Amino acid sequence: MRAPETHSTEIHLVVNGESTRVSVDTDERLLDTLRLRLGLTGTKEGCGEGECGACTVLLDGLPVNACLVPAVQAAGRSVETIESIAPDRLGHMLESGATQCGACTPGVVISSHWVRENPHLLRTHSIRELMAGNLCRCTGYDGIVEGLAAAIDAENPDTHDNGERA
Amino acid sequence: MKILTPNSIPEALRMLKDGSPDARPIAGATDLLVHWPDQRTSHAGPFVDLSRIDALRGHRWTEDELVLGALTTYWDIITDPRANDELPILPRAARTVGAVQIQTRGTWAGNIANASPAADGVPALMALDAEVETAGENDTARVPLDAFYLGYKQLNMQPGWIITAIHVPRRRCDFSSFIKVGTRNAQAITKVGAAVTHSDAGWRVVANSMAPTVRRCRALEDALDRGISIASPDALIPLLEQDLAPIDDIRSTAAYRMNVLARVLFHELAPVCPFIGTTSGRNAP
Repeated sequence: MRAPETHSTEIHLVVNGESTRVSVDTDERLLDTLRLRLGLTGTKEGCGEGECGACTVLLDGLPVNACLVPAVQAAGRSVETIESIAPDRLGHMLESGATQCGACTPGVVISSHWVRENPHLLRTHSIRELMAGNLCRCTGYDGIVEGLAAAIDAENPDTHDNGERA
Repeated sequence: MKILTPNSIPEALRMLKDGSPDARPIAGATDLLVHWPDQRTSHAGPFVDLSRIDALRGHRWTEDELVLGALTTYWDIITDPRANDELPILPRAARTVGAVQIQTRGTWAGNIANASPAADGVPALMALDAEVETAGENDTARVPLDAFYLGYKQLNMQPGWIITAIHVPRRRCDFSSFIKVGTRNAQAITKVGAAVTHSDAGWRVVANSMAPTVRRCRALEDALDRGISIASPDALIPLLEQDLAPIDDIRSTAAYRMNVLARVLFHELAPVCPFIGTTSGRNAP
């Protein structure tokens, strides 16, 4: 196999609130830019094909699989990774036993954080649908969904759970 | 491998011409980047990334059309209240694609251009009589989506052109249904799928994963428009076979696909078509 021909370019983006300039290969994945160039190794590679969600990050506030985003498409945009989440945001997930082996956890935490920041989505979507892009091979979904539902209820005391949210 | 990043349509078209015949446009890149570290050396390339082109961004509602710019994502339509109200089959289809992380990146135009027979966005658009607008250096064209596929992965489009927009008529449907049969609710590729609508323009029945391309079931549409009595799911099969040609592959078998499609269509249509299932008496008026 011939060595990959590389072409570099510099991109400017905001990572976890910090303005960042980084030189990338034009065909590089955002996942590799984050992990290998910026040292943000909290974002994990699971399947590398956009199925498992372990590499979920927020791109301009929306969840994406960093393994499927060309780094050049993040130019001029904002990226939030697991490193941007304050540890005290994890309380409800720890209480509900939402982590088992931990492989899926960085992606689960990012997607959960996004749902918590956008509770209006629960008017049209269930938690399970919003979290369907994060696979947990321990099959610990109940703990994840219950932890997230508890966090949302605590943060939105005025909304009444109709029992169908999860 | 190179990914080029033009800022305008003319620049993108020039890059495609310079890179011909191997250059290919990309938008959300969700199909391209699968297993990318192993794949990147196997493409001759270059890829021309359309994502920075403002003219391709966003969707708009005109008096008689919903116009999807080529960069419009599934999520853009899922979260548009008007789409949910007026053309609910579009958000319904979009919500079956991958999961949110794919829906925020994948584009309707990319779904058309990638030309997978299993595409989920395409049947919904085709059941609404959508048209595809394409552009080259000196000209543009507009082709009905149901005439856009000439064969497996063969597009009715000039080489070096790009899709710039999708035009969806704002036609009220008094019936619409989207069916996806897969191994699970999310992150599944369709084994058998269909989009069905009824409006003043008549019935549209479009199947995916049932032929080399997403395809209209015209014989069945015609039977529905004429109100021909269909007694059982099996009686649908000869009509479906006139337009569809499912195969055995890693996801399913031809026989399973045809049997399941006939059954799900029968059960979707029987409650709204008095002439379907009449001999059993279950839908007698």
